[in-house]
Amino acid sequence: MSNQAKYVFKGTPEQEQELLKVIDKYKNTEGALIPILHEAQEIYGYLPLEVQKIVSENANIPLAEIYGVVTFYAQFSLVPKGEYSIAVCLGTACYVKGSGNILEKIKEKLGIDVGECSEDGKFSLDATRCIGACGLAPVMTVNDEVYGRLEVKDVDKILEKYM
Amino acid sequence: MVNIKINGKDYSVAEGTTVLEAARSVGIDIPTLCYLKGVNEIGACRMCLVEVKGARALQAACVYPVSEGMEVMTNTPAVRNARKLNLELILSTHDRKCLTCVRNRNCELQALADNLGVTDIAYEGIRNEYDIDEISPSIVRDNNKCILCKRCVSTCKNVQTVAVIDAKNRGFNTEIGCAFDMPLAETPCVNCGQCITACPVGALREKSDIDRVWAALADPDKHVVVQTAPAVRAGLGEEFDMPIGTPVTGKMANALKQIGFDKVFDTDTGADLTIMEEGTEVIERIQNGGKLPVITSCSPGWVKFCEHNFPDFLDNLSSAKSPHEMFGAVLKTYYAQKQGIDPKNIVVVSIMPCTAKKFEAQRPELSNGDLQDVDIVLTTRELGRMIKQAGIDFKNIEDAPFDNPFGEATGAGVIFGATGGVMEAALRTVAEVLTGKSIENCDYTDVRGTDGIKRAEIKVGDLTLKAAVAHGLGNARKLLEAIREGKENYHFVEIMACPGGCVTGGGQPIRSAKERMDIDLKAERAKALYSEDINSQIRKSHENPVIKKLYDEFFEKPGSHKAHELLHTHYAKRENY
Ligand code: SF4
Ligand code: SF4
Ligand code: SF4
Ligand code: FES
Repeated sequence: MSNQAKYVFKGTPEQEQELLKVIDKYKNTEGALIPILHEAQEIYGYLPLEVQKIVSENANIPLAEIYGVVTFYAQFSLVPKGEYSIAVCLGTACYVKGSGNILEKIKEKLGIDVGECSEDGKFSLDATRCIGACGLAPVMTVNDEVYGRLEVKDVDKILEKYM
Repeated sequence: MVNIKINGKDYSVAEGTTVLEAARSVGIDIPTLCYLKGVNEIGACRMCLVEVKGARALQAACVYPVSEGMEVMTNTPAVRNARKLNLELILSTHDRKCLTCVRNRNCELQALADNLGVTDIAYEGIRNEYDIDEISPSIVRDNNKCILCKRCVSTCKNVQTVAVIDAKNRGFNTEIGCAFDMPLAETPCVNCGQCITACPVGALREKSDIDRVWAALADPDKHVVVQTAPAVRAGLGEEFDMPIGTPVTGKMANALKQIGFDKVFDTDTGADLTIMEEGTEVIERIQNGGKLPVITSCSPGWVKFCEHNFPDFLDNLSSAKSPHEMFGAVLKTYYAQKQGIDPKNIVVVSIMPCTAKKFEAQRPELSNGDLQDVDIVLTTRELGRMIKQAGIDFKNIEDAPFDNPFGEATGAGVIFGATGGVMEAALRTVAEVLTGKSIENCDYTDVRGTDGIKRAEIKVGDLTLKAAVAHGLGNARKLLEAIREGKENYHFVEIMACPGGCVTGGGQPIRSAKERMDIDLKAERAKALYSEDINSQIRKSHENPVIKKLYDEFFEKPGSHKAHELLHTHYAKRENY
């Protein structure tokens, strides 16, 4: 089974109503799948099976096709964003200064991989391209907070602030 | 017509065709891989590149329309090099283990490598390793062999309107699969196997049950009985390079005896029994104001499709089991008693043109006590392999008859294998029962042929019986929607999941896209069945002496209590995901 199954879906009836309105809005529009999915992701934060099924049944588009589109475009996510969204820069400057090791350390500490979210919904982890803070390399961000000139030993302290 | 030049010669070709079709029509071959006539014309693989004068780059012939005055070159160094380069790129990431591949010697990729003169693959690409999905009882998917041509995707989505497989991910990680990486068995896949016969390579195959049959045959305690569906005789010869549409009934029966089956029976007898039960149901529902239309239920792909997508029609389905299931039930009761064999020791093997029959045989309701009516289902292709494994010289083997006590079947049973055949067979019996008269001309040609949906009005005594026949699930969907909306109404509807019916079922021999450009397999294989029908001594199910005896000695009459217990079944709505 795919790894997205472990996140408990917490969608509300209000969110579903909102999504149905979106689908209805695009009822007579050709090629509306991508805009529908965008709005669905705005509503739910990500696009799990439950959400894709609502789109499939109400927009009358096969689930396999929707899944194909969701996995084709990088902007769509199958996993929720954590309360704290961590991003480690793997741009060249950060990478040569050891951001790879920082990333490994975070993975180990949180027990999640890149693109995943911890089971309690607290942390999600992404690896990004250059974020333009090369002067501070290596860099990671937690939500809007930027941490620079990192060493592996800093990781524990930073994460503990959010735990 | 438009005038074009191909390789410097003038031709007049049909307007609105593609360069590929035009070239083919004048005997010039252009290699293809992703193209499948009428199903997948997406210009993805670039194997069919040609030079078009005035065009900037090489063009994909399979999607390039002809136009007046056009000049095409199909065999220049640039064309040959580009095609070969494309092919080598595909091969560089392909799991090239032909010797152990199900499609060895019947593979379009292998044939291209041969035809284009690939002797060496210069680059060794990195390959993704994919898990093989073999959870479904019918279909195995092996993406290690997949070349991403999407012929399966188009078939499942556009022809069958089931749409459970599609391309996912992107770039190097692109693969064909189901939503959320589910195994096929957890989706609304109907097991029709049309994706298998569309696939140019060994990425899709049936779940093989050959070893289970060999094991049963080797077990001295087992009485192993085999039955063969009508369409198998119309296809099996092709596995031995015989011309398409060669009926091989006698050779097949003999080969099965040589393989070692204790008895070799004909599912046509089961088909005759189905007609008696289903025909009775049609008559009763017409006379007593029952649920109409009656819809046939012999095609297990169609039945599962109905359970997923048209649950409001489940009461319309005939409750009659499909022919091989009925026959299995008879073998484990009537036959077991007559022969004094404990039914537990009978193994019923069905040779079917169909992968969905493998799923059907496992349905818990198709059983009696704790015994399934049918134990093992093999496809026509698997039987071909068994015959080869047994070292039988199929082409030169003598004919043999089917075994008694079920040695006799009718022309009605034989035509079950083609679209319209179940309807026609039923009409032959229904018409005589309703009018009480013997009807001389029993050819109902309106329901024959390869049109996707056929509609007919048939005079039966005072009644004008309205009938419709659909084959291929996309056509079935259209017809059912029209009925649901009240735009059309019928007494009797036949639906088969596969386009063409069982003769082109998902378990039948696989023909290349190139052959399918020139030959309509549906029509050619059906000819074998209609010729056997016309040559039959008996052409109506109710006149089959075996069937009469079965009712006299065992079932009493069609629709009796015992018949309902053993020969009928029920259906239930299934969730989509
Ligand atoms: S799919 Fe074709 S080319 Fe590939 S291993 Fe099988 S036979 Fe060989
Ligand atoms: S078996 Fe039929 S329904 Fe299932 S994936 Fe293949 S084409 Fe689609
Ligand atoms: S499974 Fe076969 S038909 Fe489908 S995309 Fe792969 S190679 Fe083509
Ligand atoms: S692009 Fe023409 S056959 Fe694939």
